[in-house]
Formats: sequence, structure tokens, C-alpha cells
Amino acid sequence: MTTLLLIEQVLNGLQFGVMLFLMAAGLTLIFGVMGLINLAHGSLYMIGAFAAAAVAGWTGNFFLALVASLIAAAIIGALIELTVIRRLYDRDHLEQVLATFALILIFSEATRWVFGSFPLFLNIPDVLNGTVTLPGGIQYSLYRLTIILIGLAVAAGLFLLISKTRVGMRIRAGENDREMIAALGVDISVLYTMVFALGAALAGLSGALVGAIQSVEVGMGEPVLILAFVVIVIGGIGSIKGALAGAILVGLTDTLGRTMLPVIFGTFMEPSAATTVGSALASMLIYILMAGVLLYKPTGLFGST
Amino acid sequence: MMRERHINMIILALLVLVPTYAHFAEEPFTITLATRAVIFALAGVGLNLALGQGGLVSFGHAAYFGMGGYAMGILASHAQNYEPIMEVPFLIEGTNSMPVIWLVAIVMSALLALLIGALSLRTTGVYFIMVTLAFGQMFYYFTISWPAYGGEDGLSIYVRNQFPGMNTLDPIQFFSICFVLLCAVLFLVNRLNKSPFGLALNGAHQNEERALTVGINVYRVRLVAFVISGAITGLAGALFADLNRFVSPTMFSWQISGEIMIFIILGGVARLFGPVAGAALYIMLEHFLGGLSEYWFIYLGAILLFVVLFAKGGIIGKLSRKEISHDG
Repeated sequence: MTTLLLIEQVLNGLQFGVMLFLMAAGLTLIFGVMGLINLAHGSLYMIGAFAAAAVAGWTGNFFLALVASLIAAAIIGALIELTVIRRLYDRDHLEQVLATFALILIFSEATRWVFGSFPLFLNIPDVLNGTVTLPGGIQYSLYRLTIILIGLAVAAGLFLLISKTRVGMRIRAGENDREMIAALGVDISVLYTMVFALGAALAGLSGALVGAIQSVEVGMGEPVLILAFVVIVIGGIGSIKGALAGAILVGLTDTLGRTMLPVIFGTFMEPSAATTVGSALASMLIYILMAGVLLYKPTGLFGST
Repeated sequence: MMRERHINMIILALLVLVPTYAHFAEEPFTITLATRAVIFALAGVGLNLALGQGGLVSFGHAAYFGMGGYAMGILASHAQNYEPIMEVPFLIEGTNSMPVIWLVAIVMSALLALLIGALSLRTTGVYFIMVTLAFGQMFYYFTISWPAYGGEDGLSIYVRNQFPGMNTLDPIQFFSICFVLLCAVLFLVNRLNKSPFGLALNGAHQNEERALTVGINVYRVRLVAFVISGAITGLAGALFADLNRFVSPTMFSWQISGEIMIFIILGGVARLFGPVAGAALYIMLEHFLGGLSEYWFIYLGAILLFVVLFAKGGIIGKLSRKEISHDG
């Protein structure tokens, strides 16, 4: 394996990682502030991708499509928070899981009803098509590089929002003691709706960005949702920093495992068996990573006690 | 207002009467539906032991359901092709005998539950839900990428496996086998719930600190409950594979884990017959709503949402007007 290919795979892993971060950030924020486990987060990812594909189909403009994904996911997010989710904050986790599972069923079938069962396609805009030459002579897809930059920019923005602004201060206060900040006159229910809509918008953006690489179809959200769970279990629930570290770790492990393991097994096995064993093991690698982290630190790398 | 025990008896009676009627009316499809309901109920009874009694919200029971399915698929496919599973260091051959397959399914899913439980029980609450979900998904992807037993396409078994003295291809006879197994498991689980072990498990669910203070090894009690729970669900998986004569990675998918949970919540959490009532209701909804609309999952989702938000205690809770089970 050449160094160039290896660097390309590292970049791919990074791109996958920042996409997972956009999903995991919303989940971990919602859990940290409201104590809610939200399975419907995958549906918001799907809604973002479908909104983007529909708007790109009407207008032909990819950037309008991205804005549409943010707005659609945020609005749907705020709506389900106001109607369903807010009744779940005081319930136990089992009821939260089942109610949000019911939301997945409703959203998936409703999307199938509106858009049909066939996948939609979202094209990469011409400006971002093609490759760029990175220092060292590496050719890399401009679109994937843009995704990495958008992801890192969102991560930076989120850190600033939470550590420097008044809203962020309230979010942190809400994580620590929700009764106290309600008593201090902060309208906690508005804060909750905002946090939920913010998480939803990030999931929608992530769905739209990935939708241009893969196809946009019903059920696209749940595999990503489960990976995002792995990410926040590794990083520690409630920690944005943990979500970023966990996402990059999972992205790199998965991508590198899929390319490297068959090669590594190939050094001492016959090629066809090496491919089989290597790819089967690669599909389990991130879960093994999660098991390892659980053995070492059950609350995740950045989790509190 | 009815006593919960009477409701349970009515549920069991209906589960016998409907397929018996269908047998004489020559409607084999109804018998198959009832068999599905019984098998799903068995899977639910398994999960209910961990989830209802133990408070361990496992979102990965598809792993054991699928493990049971693949135990059946692998053994039966080797018997079908006359190829031994392994020859060195000792010979293991495939089989098409149901009791052997059940035993293998139970042992394999118990071992898997031991492994997953030992890791997952280090965490609690929402971590536990996510970790069990992730481990379930791991086996889903593994079976897809492992080509030896059909990979993504799954594995077809052409003839249903044999049970001594019965014609298993006759729907009513296969239904009877599944029904007797369900009753046996219900009896055992009921005994287990009332045993010191079951009381310790329930005690640890209600107040972990007190259970620890009186000297209960909470981790070990939970792990044992988790293993038994996985083994029962694995048995259900083997029966389900035999019903369809087909296994595929879908049996490992997270939707199956979710559905098994739905049976419990529809029927009533921590009630012995909750999953039985829930699975029967689910199959009826699937059959009637599925006939009404292609998009019946929307209605299922709406019903589930309503039950979770407004009807605590499930159907049995509604019928007996008690939110918590007090059966004695």
C-alpha cells in the first residue's frame, strides 16, 4: 500500500468522522441538557437529505438545498419537540426509546408515501466537483475536503456558542441544574425547544452533505444513528468534546479498517480468504473498539465519573 | 374490571381456539399467523425477564433472536447438503432434529448473552440501551459480510426440521409445538420471578443501593437474568427460522429489537402475559392494518406513540385497571 493511498484513506476517515460528529453533537447535546435519548434523530438526518434533494431538484442550486435541509430539519425538530418530545422529559428511558421509535416509523413511512420507495439523487455542484492537489502531490476530492472543512467549522462554532455566548451559558447551566436556572427566570421550555431544533438542524445538514455522496433514501438515517450512539458511548454522553474525539476515532477506525485489514491478512493468508476474513472483521471493528473503551472506562473517554 | 389472572387465561384460550377453528375451517394462513404470534410472544417473554423484571432496557435482543435463527440455519443447511460442519479435531455434523437445534440455539444465544451482558452491564441507563443496540448491529453487519452462509441473501432451508412423532409441515402440529414451548417457558419464568432469584432481580431494579446493602451481588444477578433472557429469545429465533424455513441478516436488524420491545409495551411491562397479549395484538394490527394500507407503519407508530404517552400499563393494564402488576 502506498503512502498516497494511505493519506487519502485517512482523509476519507476524517470526512466520515466529521459527518458522524454533526449527528453525535445533536444527540449528546439533547441528552446532556434534557436527559432524553432520541432515536428519531436519524429521521431528522433523513428529512434533511430529502429536503435538500427536493429543493435541488426544483431550483438546481446546491447551496439553497443545504439551507433548506437546515431549515426543514430545524422546523420539524421544533414541531416534534413541542408536540411529543416535551412530554417525555420526565419519563424513563424505556418510554423515551419507544416513543421516539414510534416517531421513526411515522417519519419513514410518511417519507415513503410522499417521495416513493426509489432513492433520490443529489448531485455535487459543479463548483465543488473534481479534485484538488494537496501539498505533497495528493489528489483529493474537493467535495469531501469541503465536507471536512464545514464539519470542523461547525465544531468550532459549536464550541464558541457553548463556551462564549449567553445562550451557551444557559445550555451549560441547564445541564447542571435545570430547576435552578428555571428559578432564576430563564424560560427553560424555550431553551429546550432551541437546543432540540439546533441538534435537528445539524443532523439535517449532515444528511444533506452525505446525501450528495450516497443516495437519498428512506431508512438512511438509522445506520448513522447507531454509529452516532457508538460515537457518544466512546466519547462520553453529554460531552461535545467527547463527541468530536469519538467521531474522528470511529471514522478513522472504520475507514482504515476496511482498507487495511484485508491487506494485513493478505500477508499471511491466501488473497480470497484474506478479503473475506478482513472485511468481515472490519465490519465489526468499531464495535470492538467500543467494547475496549467500555472495559477501560465505562463512562466513555470524556464522560464525567 | 377483571382480575389479571382471568385475562391471562382468556388470552391463552384465544391463542388455542383461533388456530383450532382455523384448522377445521381449513385456513392454514390463520394458523401461520397464530404461530408467528406465539413465537414473537416467546421472544417477548425472554426480553421481558431482563427489561420488565430486571429493568435492563436491552435494545439488542435481535442478536439472540438472530443467533437462534442462524443456529437452526447452519445446522439444517449442513444436514441438507450432507456436509459436516467440522471434521478436525472431532466430527460435528449438521442435524435436522428440532430438539437438538433448540438446545444448540439456547446454548449459543446464552453464551452470546453472557459475552454481551458482561460488557454491557458495566454501564447503566442510557449507555446500556446504546451499547446493547450497537452490539446487536455488530452481528447484523457481520452476517452481511460473511459469505459462507448466504451473506446478505440469507439461507433457505427446503424442508422443515423434524420432531419425533410429529409431522412438522402440518401447520397445526407445528403450532402445537410452539404453543407448548411458550407455555413451558411461561411456567418457568413465573416460577423464576417468584423465586429468591427473581425477587433479588426485581429488588435490584427497584432500588439498587438497598439490594447491594442487603448483600445481593447485583451485577451477577443481572447477568444471569440477561443470559436466561437471551437464551429464551434465541429459542424463539430458532422457531421463527423454522416457521419461515429461511434465515437472513434481517433477523439481527435493530428493527427486530424494536419490535420485540413493542410487544412488551403494547401488552404491559413486567406482566407475565404482557408480551403474549402484545405479540398477538401486533400480529392482528399487522394483518388488518397491513390489509388496509401499504403504509400501515404510520398507524402502528401512532398507536405506539399513544400507548406510550397516554396508556401506561399496556392492554392488560387497561383491562385490569391497574398500572402495576399485583398478581399473586
